Amino acid sequence: MKVRLSINGRPREADVEPRKTLLDTLREDFLLVGSHAGCEHGVCGACTVLIDGEPSRACLMFAVQADGYEITTIEGLAPAPGELSIVQDAFCETHGLQCGYCTPGMILTAHALLTQNDAPTRDDIVEAISGNICRCTGYGQIVEAVEFAADRLRKTNAPRDPQAAVADEPPVGRPAKSKAPQEGILEAAQIDALRGGRS
Amino acid sequence: MTPTMPLKFVSSNRRVREDRRFVAGQGRYVADLPLEGLLHVALVPSQHPAARIVSINVIEAMKMPGVHYALTGEELAKATEPLMNGLDTPNVRRFPLAVGQVRYAGEWVVAVVAETRAQAEDAAEKVRIEYEPLPYVIDAEEALDPASPPVHPPHGSNLLLDKTFVWGEVEKHFAESPRRLAFRVVWGRSSTVPIETFGVAVKWDPWREMLDVWASIQMPKYSDQIARSLRIPLNNVRVHQDVDVGGSYGVKRGIKQTVIVAHLARVLGRPVRLIEDRLDNMRAGDAHGPDRIFDVEVAFNDDGIVKSMKMRALDNVGAYAGRSPFQLGKPIGAIVGPYKIQSVQYRAIAVTSNKAAQEAVRGFGQAPTNYAIETAIDKVAAAVGLDRIEVRRRNFIRSDEFPYLIPSGTHYDSGDYHTVVAKVLAHADYEALKRERDELRAAGQCAGIGIAACLEPSGGNSSFEPLLNEKNTTTTWMDSCRINVDGLGFVTATIHTTSAGQGHETLAATVIGEVLEIDPDLIRIVRPDTLSSLPSNSPVGSRMAIMLGGAAFHAAQKLKAKMVRLAAHQFGCAEKDVRYENGTISHPASRKTLAWTEHVNIAHRNFHLLPEGMEPGLEVTHVMQVPTGSKLPENGRVQMYPCHSFEFHLVLIAFDPEIGKPEIRRYVIGHDCGTVINPHIVKGMTLGGIAHGIGASLLEEFVYDGEGQMITQSFMDYLLPSSHEVPHVEIVHHCTPSPFTVFGQKGSGESGYLGSPAAISGAINDAVAPLGISFSKLPIRIAAISDAIAAAKGSAVKGSDAKDRK
Repeated sequence: MKVRLSINGRPREADVEPRKTLLDTLREDFLLVGSHAGCEHGVCGACTVLIDGEPSRACLMFAVQADGYEITTIEGLAPAPGELSIVQDAFCETHGLQCGYCTPGMILTAHALLTQNDAPTRDDIVEAISGNICRCTGYGQIVEAVEFAADRLRKTNAPRDPQAAVADEPPVGRPAKSKAPQEGILEAAQIDALRGGRS
Repeated sequence: MTPTMPLKFVSSNRRVREDRRFVAGQGRYVADLPLEGLLHVALVPSQHPAARIVSINVIEAMKMPGVHYALTGEELAKATEPLMNGLDTPNVRRFPLAVGQVRYAGEWVVAVVAETRAQAEDAAEKVRIEYEPLPYVIDAEEALDPASPPVHPPHGSNLLLDKTFVWGEVEKHFAESPRRLAFRVVWGRSSTVPIETFGVAVKWDPWREMLDVWASIQMPKYSDQIARSLRIPLNNVRVHQDVDVGGSYGVKRGIKQTVIVAHLARVLGRPVRLIEDRLDNMRAGDAHGPDRIFDVEVAFNDDGIVKSMKMRALDNVGAYAGRSPFQLGKPIGAIVGPYKIQSVQYRAIAVTSNKAAQEAVRGFGQAPTNYAIETAIDKVAAAVGLDRIEVRRRNFIRSDEFPYLIPSGTHYDSGDYHTVVAKVLAHADYEALKRERDELRAAGQCAGIGIAACLEPSGGNSSFEPLLNEKNTTTTWMDSCRINVDGLGFVTATIHTTSAGQGHETLAATVIGEVLEIDPDLIRIVRPDTLSSLPSNSPVGSRMAIMLGGAAFHAAQKLKAKMVRLAAHQFGCAEKDVRYENGTISHPASRKTLAWTEHVNIAHRNFHLLPEGMEPGLEVTHVMQVPTGSKLPENGRVQMYPCHSFEFHLVLIAFDPEIGKPEIRRYVIGHDCGTVINPHIVKGMTLGGIAHGIGASLLEEFVYDGEGQMITQSFMDYLLPSSHEVPHVEIVHHCTPSPFTVFGQKGSGESGYLGSPAAISGAINDAVAPLGISFSKLPIRIAAISDAIAAAKGSAVKGSDAKDRK
């Protein structure tokens, strides 16, 4: 059946079986392969995407259930190809990852936390990421990354819109991206196209 | 270059270059690859732990929508060779799909291929298999009993390996020692459980006779095994090594999966992919680790000095012999831990059972062995009434005794165990920690301190293979690097293996940048496919800092030497009179210089300016032998790995006696892995290893029930540590360079994991010691703790009742 989804701020359509999960749909129908299958039973969090800004398990949701919600995947966080959001950059700074498999879900979860709370305590961070299993890091450098990102977000002068599903954090060292099309910055559609995404 | 030279890039807190692609969701894992016309595999598992396959009916399955094929073990076995078996046990044959008989619940029997994975799964449900159940055996000791059913009847018994080594005068030392004690500890079957399961995609091109393989793999000689099994020339197999691997820590050895998929790709003429789902992976993905019973006896004196040890390790390897029996062999290289134990008797026994087959797990058997050794030291301390740390100090090898030859034939390279311990105790304030424990106890909590000191043998070779199998004569386990400076002066270097998050690109770039004195960020690192690669043995045995780092170092030195020779020729002077600095070569005496770009121009375009006999271009390769360890075993002794990192764990755990849920209140580790190439990476390995050890000691186990079924089949039953279970860990650094490596580096890929289970077990046992109970099996799960405490208190109450009645 046909579904109309709003993914990373863009309307997308696909013809999927009713039983197809949102995760499989994102990966197979839209080639947004940054969302990963880990356990496919809702424990590990590797498939985490944001649904109206809230971290959700894309493996536990059918694509047809996502109709009408704003879906943000990891591909929607980078402000432009080759540029990282503050949260993404913070994970690089502290090496808050190794194999990278849980990382998209972890970063989306951190992004959601920091959208709601830009001064989280260590306990807040531990609680927020406790639904995302990382097998590589033991979480230490992930907690450091979120603390570092929070600090930078507090110090940045850029506006943040907590309601926005599309990441509008400023790229590091650059002014915030406006909603209006900008010359030289790819639209989301083009970003996906770089990975072979379908429009 | 010596470690005393100032380092520009090595050991500095530079970012890990791989991270950028991963934080953007731009990793390239095997499930992400778009392959035209791709078909998908689903697997039909056995429901029986042991059964004869009477018949397989795929007629209904083949009628399902989208289905292309249903492959049985019989067909596959005819077309392929059995999988490699490292031991000399020719009747323990292993095929990717069961042939004639299933040997564990979950074993794959039929592979169904369809247009989508969902269609393949639907069709797999329609496959009808008739079984005739056979007797089975799950327990290792029962499996040893000659009366128990053999998992492989042609082999005649379940005994795969039973080898006893005696190093030194064990009986004499036991007879001389005034005290001895014996105990049993059990390491439960757990694993590394990467968040990405194993996956493989294969494409066969009959016109070019080329088998292209993309896999989530971490395995030495992977393509060799594919070619052997498929009976095709090795140069018809092209494994693409630029696939990102979503975690492995040893287990990603998917040879059986690869053979299934490769055969299907050849039969069907279309690319085929198998991505294990979590159940495939946990039940039959060859993803389980050691499952081991240790019987240990130590001989010591009243001062707590341990003179001799007898260890019997019985490993339940499951239904087939993969590399798993060798996991009993590697710990021989550090069989005395960091201690001066003078003689050892080691009996290594591997038995088959109707459990899933074992694969390599982080440390390759060393973490369980360390758990047994550290338990022995704790027990000796208790027996002689000394502090556990004091007993360790008394038995430690001293820093002036290196290189130190242990009884089993390995020279430990270097270390300063006493200093590391002193630094940790100072950092943690051991006396205050003990007071904290005692205060917790006074407040009604169970509280205990855990201690573990152990080694991480690193620089992996495969000396354990000839040691356990005399027909094996392997004495090299090389790794390689090629560096090319292109016609515009940019540097590209190669590594010849996949990576699973270890940061090998960062490692190679850092080392080459260090030697050539150029910014590592300007160096491109690529991973050629296996047909374009130099030899590599993949990142196993904590070897890449030593082996890839070493190969990159030597290649860069060769490049530098060529540049020096080229420059000296231009200057008309001797090579010794020129100076290399930041990529520019000068002749101080004549004040002539040759800039990097000038160099490149001459090498690439001016053959007439090259010294006689010099090849044009700026390209070098280096294939590196493992330092030390180039000999076959003699009299059961061999130099195992070249380097030995040291770690010292100090842990405070407390829990409510009614609930029994351990809370790790303090975790301090002292870590010495010599010169660190990238501090971020080493820190991550250590913290991740500790988390993994917390899982192995408190949460994780593949449990089989009395019917031979694995009952921990999801992450709701097999529990991985979350951020709630892993505490903040404090790392105390120390650096004792290795004399055997280029920068003094040692391995760190298994750090943390090798000692944390021992430390956590020690802490819990310290916490319950006042109750007169102890735990001798890992994992020590919450229920086991609260039950044991309740039982101990119950019997204490009954005891006092009895007294009252008298």
